[in-house]
Amino acid sequence: MDRMLYVAMTGASETLRAQTVNNHNLANVSTTGFRADLAAFQSRAVDGTGYASRVYATNGTVGWDKSSGALLSTGRDLDVAINGQGWIAVQGADGKEAYTRAGNLQVDATGQLLTATGQPVLGDGGPISIPPYSSIFFARDGSISIVAQGQAPDTTATVDRIKLVNPPDADLQRGEDGLFRLKNGTDAPPDAAVQLSAGTLESSNVNTAEALVTMIELARQFEMQVKAIRAAEENAAAASQLMKV
Amino acid sequence: MNPALWAAKTGLDAQQTKLAVTSNNLANVSTSGFKKGRAVFEDLLYQNVRQVGASTSQDTEAPSGVHLGTGVRVVATEKLYTQGGLTQTDNALDVAIEGRGFFQIQMPDGTNAYTRDGSFQLSSEGQMVTSSGYILQPGISIPEGSQSISIGRDGIVSVRLAGQAAPVQVGQLQVTDFVNPAGLQPLGENLLAETAASGPAQSGSPGQNGLGFTTQGSVEASNVNVVEELVNMIETQRAYEMNSKAISTADQMLEYVNNQL
Repeated sequence: MDRMLYVAMTGASETLRAQTVNNHNLANVSTTGFRADLAAFQSRAVDGTGYASRVYATNGTVGWDKSSGALLSTGRDLDVAINGQGWIAVQGADGKEAYTRAGNLQVDATGQLLTATGQPVLGDGGPISIPPYSSIFFARDGSISIVAQGQAPDTTATVDRIKLVNPPDADLQRGEDGLFRLKNGTDAPPDAAVQLSAGTLESSNVNTAEALVTMIELARQFEMQVKAIRAAEENAAAASQLMKV
Repeated sequence: MNPALWAAKTGLDAQQTKLAVTSNNLANVSTSGFKKGRAVFEDLLYQNVRQVGASTSQDTEAPSGVHLGTGVRVVATEKLYTQGGLTQTDNALDVAIEGRGFFQIQMPDGTNAYTRDGSFQLSSEGQMVTSSGYILQPGISIPEGSQSISIGRDGIVSVRLAGQAAPVQVGQLQVTDFVNPAGLQPLGENLLAETAASGPAQSGSPGQNGLGFTTQGSVEASNVNVVEELVNMIETQRAYEMNSKAISTADQMLEYVNNQL
């Protein structure tokens, strides 16, 4: 069969894949602390004898959008957001350290500080547990202070400090569970410069206008590839007509 | 079928749930002791189509891989236990909790439920009951012929009987708190039930051990912020539209293939 058909078919199927990445971003337009996935096409030449016409396109995830989402004020005392760069350290399902930007925290029945998805938040010495409290405050540097149950409001006690890290973006990768981890499997050191903002949440950083334009662009690109497939089919049909004469 | 369609479909589902939560909040804007809910979203599992860092030759590795996200899901609809405003009613049996805690209520089946709605009434036997008629725990009976009822900030209920100068103490309201109030299960009728996630109920006198005070003659208004909910509604609607646009685009792409080939 004509090579053109396969080149166009790869283009069409990879465009569909890029559309999946884009739709995933659009679906997560309201997910707290979500980082948009970035997809890019790469050309892959298949060299051989004759004219070098086979250059396939493959779609790859080249990372995520590094920009910050908008900070939304919620007034809930267990909501925290990172102002600027940085990550909140949590314990992933595998027991290892992972990083997230989603700061809608909760305290479970045993007093453990968890993310909304149930991962323990890490402090200076492992998962943070909070004694019974009547009020709780998160400081800019991640320190957690509480007024313990039965204490007067002027007796605040510092319980622990949320581990905030800021490793270079190039060292991070997103896991299948949506949490970020260091590529080399180690733990990032705490960074004192990361700023936490209490009573706020960070919105998803998906740029909806851009995602919609990308969606249209990919749809049209797809149509062009299909058009090329059709042209290949017509060429083949014309060729077989020629044989009949 | 095309994963692009399904990723967008999960977005529609999630936004629909969010709208349901928002409209429930808006519907309960005048419900005493109501606490607003919030839908919490999580991105779904990523499919690792091509592993990042996989070897491309003996000495080189792929700088980028292919992760396909599969959409979003609602992981929780949590309640936000911020204090609602106190509305003064001057009704002697209206009690609001200022601070942490819940009133304990005995359900008809003998189990306990908890509420922040302190608009109590009297049953035919003189017991303090909720608007639905469930008995407040520990039970407080107001004697027949009481001229006035007063409830202190520490929950002590005293009545003045006809022909007596000194008020008579008839009991003390108790306030119950939980480590994780967001883990309580809403039952409707302004009631909540204890779960494994909420932790065990810890009762005490109002004002003790960080528990809230009781305020007579007031009810706690709903903590729903109407403006916030309306903004949420706009955001949800637009996000819904965008996801449905994504579905129709993915659909058109497939339709085009079907028509052209």
